[in-house]
Amino acid sequence: MTTPEPKLKTGRSVKDIFGKLFFNQLLIPLVALLFLVILNLFADPSFFKITLEKSSTGFYILSGNLISIIDNGSELAILAIGMTLVTAASGGQDISVGSAIAIAGSIVLRVIKGLSPSISGGELALYLIFAFVLCVIVSALFGAFNGALVAFFKIQPMVATLILFTAGRSIAAWINNNENISINDDRFKYFGNFLPGIPVPTPVFISAICMIVIAVVLKFTNLRLYSQAVGINSSSSRLNGINPKMIKLLTFIILGVCVAVCGFIKVSRTASITYAVIANNIEMDAILAVALGGNNLGGGKFNMTASIIGAYVIQFLTTTLFKFKVSSTAISAYKAVVVIFLIILSAPVVRRGLSNLKNKYIASRSQVKKEGV
Amino acid sequence: MSANTEVLNVKKLKGRTFLTDTNLLLIITVLVFFSMYTSAVQFLGSGFTKPQMFFNILNENASLLVLSCGMTLVMITGGIDISVGQVTCLVCMASAVFMNDNSITGAMPEGQAVVVSMLIALGIGLAFGIVQGLLVAYLEFQPFIVTLAGMFFAKGMTTIICSDRVNIDNEINHAFYKLSTTEVSVPFIGSYNKLGEFIPAFVEVGVVVALIVVALLFVLLRWTKLGRNFYAVGGNNQSANMLGINVKLTKFLAHVLCGLCAGIGGYLFFLHARSGSPLHATGAEMNAIASSIIGGTMLSGGVGNIIGTLFGVLSLSTIKNIVTSLGLEDPWWTNITVAIMLCIFLLVQSVILARKNRKKK
Repeated sequence: MTTPEPKLKTGRSVKDIFGKLFFNQLLIPLVALLFLVILNLFADPSFFKITLEKSSTGFYILSGNLISIIDNGSELAILAIGMTLVTAASGGQDISVGSAIAIAGSIVLRVIKGLSPSISGGELALYLIFAFVLCVIVSALFGAFNGALVAFFKIQPMVATLILFTAGRSIAAWINNNENISINDDRFKYFGNFLPGIPVPTPVFISAICMIVIAVVLKFTNLRLYSQAVGINSSSSRLNGINPKMIKLLTFIILGVCVAVCGFIKVSRTASITYAVIANNIEMDAILAVALGGNNLGGGKFNMTASIIGAYVIQFLTTTLFKFKVSSTAISAYKAVVVIFLIILSAPVVRRGLSNLKNKYIASRSQVKKEGV
Repeated sequence: MSANTEVLNVKKLKGRTFLTDTNLLLIITVLVFFSMYTSAVQFLGSGFTKPQMFFNILNENASLLVLSCGMTLVMITGGIDISVGQVTCLVCMASAVFMNDNSITGAMPEGQAVVVSMLIALGIGLAFGIVQGLLVAYLEFQPFIVTLAGMFFAKGMTTIICSDRVNIDNEINHAFYKLSTTEVSVPFIGSYNKLGEFIPAFVEVGVVVALIVVALLFVLLRWTKLGRNFYAVGGNNQSANMLGINVKLTKFLAHVLCGLCAGIGGYLFFLHARSGSPLHATGAEMNAIASSIIGGTMLSGGVGNIIGTLFGVLSLSTIKNIVTSLGLEDPWWTNITVAIMLCIFLLVQSVILARKNRKKK
C-alpha cells in the first residue's frame, strides 16, 4: 500500500501534471527561455528594464532589451510559421529564405524608388500597397519554383533550395543594378520602426497579424491535417485522396508569402539594402526555431506555437550574446553549438531512449494506481 | 527460335550494362565539357586555344577539385556535407595567423613552420569530419542539418580567430613563399611565343597534390572493399546491412574522409591565396556540390564517379571563364550561372531516376 498522493483542486495529482509537462513539446523552448532569463538575471538584472523615452521624432516610445527582442524577433517568428509548414509537409527545410528576403526587399525598394518622383502627399500608401503586392507575388513565384522542384521532381528540399540560396543575393543585386538604394521618405520607415504616437514597434503588430491569420487558417481549414499526413506518409495520404504534390507546393508558396512580409519589414527598418548582409544567417535561425520548438525535422506532426516561441527564444539568445559583447559575425559559432546540442537531444537514438523512459514511467504509474485500488 | 531470343537477351544485357546510370551521367558530363570548351575556342578565340589557359583553370581550382572529391564520397553514401567551404575559410585563417605569429614560427627552422601549418590544416579538417561523422552516422541525424551547424560553427570560429584579412609576410615565411610560387612545368605541352621559342605550360604544386588525391580516391572507390561499401550503403541502406556491411562505420568513414579532403583543399586554397580572410571560399560548398552533381553523382546515393567529378569541376570553371570573358564581369553573373547549371543537372538526374523507377515497375 502506498500513501495517497497529494491532490490538486482539479483532481489530478502533482505527479500527473509533472509527467504531462515533461513530455510536452513546449518544454524545450520554455526551459531554454528560463535558462536564458536566469543567466541574464545573474549577469545583469538591468537587462530586463523597460523605459518610456522620447524619440527623435518627438513621440514617446518603449525601449529596452525585451522590447528589442520582441521587435527584432518578428521576422524570425513570421518565417518560423512558413518553415514549420514546409518542414511538416516535405520533411526538409528551405535554406533559401535569407536570399529570398534579399530579393523581396530589393523589389520593394526598386518599385518605391522608381515611383518616388511622382509621389505627392497621400499617394504613398497606394504605391506601398502596389510594391507590397508585387513583392508577395514574386516571392510566392520563387516559393513555387522551390516547391515544384521538391514536389514534382522529387529533389530533396534542401538541395532544391540550394539553387536559390546560391543565386538569390545575386538576383537581388541584379534587380537594382547593384546600387545602394535608400529612400528618404520617413513614412516608409513606419513599417520597420514606430508609427507616430504608438509606443510599440510596428513589426510586433505585423507579426501578431500573421500569427492570427495562421491560427485561423489552421483552425478552420484542413491544412494542418493534410500537411501532417503528407509528411508522415506521402503515398498513403495519396491513397486517401489528398494530393501530396499540391500540398507540398502550397506550403512552399505560403513560405514565399512569409518571406515577402519579412523582406518588407527588413527594408523598412533602414529604408535601404545591403545585398550581401541583409537577413544574413536567418535560414539557420529559422531552422533552429523549428528544431527548438521540438518539431521533428524529418516531417510529420508539428506544433506551431512551439515554433513561434522557439523563434523568440532564438532572438533572446542573440540579444543575450550581443549583451555579452560577442561580435555579430562570431555569433553563428555559439548558435551552432546550440544546434548541435539540440540535435543530440532530438536524435532518433536519444528519442528512443526517452520514449522507453516514458513507457516505463506510465507503466509504473498505472501500477501505483492499481495498488491504490 | 530459342537461340534467337537468347541472342536478343544477350544484346539487351550488353546494352543495359554499358548504359548504367554512372556511365550515362559520366558521358553527359564529358560531352558537356568538350562541347563547352570547343565552343569557347570557336567563338571566344585566342585565349582558349593556349594550353596555359586550360592549366590556369586547374591552378585556380585545385582546392575546389579536392573539396568536390570529398563531397562526392559523402554523396555516394547518400549524405551531403555543406560545411566544406567554411572549413576551407577556417583553415586558411588558422594557418595564416599561425604563420604570421613570429613568436612561435620564429623559433622554428624555416621548413618546420610550413609542416606544422599543414598539420594544423589537416587536424581542423579531420576534427570536423569526425564530429560530423559521429553525429550523422551514430546519432542518425540528417546530414544536412549537422553540416549546416558545422558550416556556421566554422564561420563563427574564423571571425573569432581574426575578423580581418591576414596577409602572409613573405619575408618571414620564405620557405612557404617558395613552395607557393613553385611552378611545375608540364612535359611536351606549351606554346610558342612571338620569337618562336617554346614555353612549356606550368601548373602549381597544389594541382599536383589535387591530382594525387583524385587518383587515390579513384583507386579507393574502384578497387578497395571500403570503396565498394560506399556504393552499397548509398544504393540501399538495409540491404547493405543485411550483406554484413557495417553501415554506420562506412558513413562515418565517408564523413571523416570528406573532412580530411576539406582540410587538404583548405590548405591548397591557402597556398594559392597566401592569405586568410573571412571572405575566402564563400560559396565553395555550393561549387563543390554543383561540380559533384554535374559530374554525375546522384543525390539519392549509390551512383557517382571521381573522374566525373574531375570533369564536373572543369565544366564549372570553364563556364565561369566563358561568362567572365563574355563581358559579364559583374560578380553576380557567375553565381547565377552556377545556379542555372545546378538546376539543369538536378532536373536531368530527376528524369533519369524517374525513368529507372518506371523500368523497375
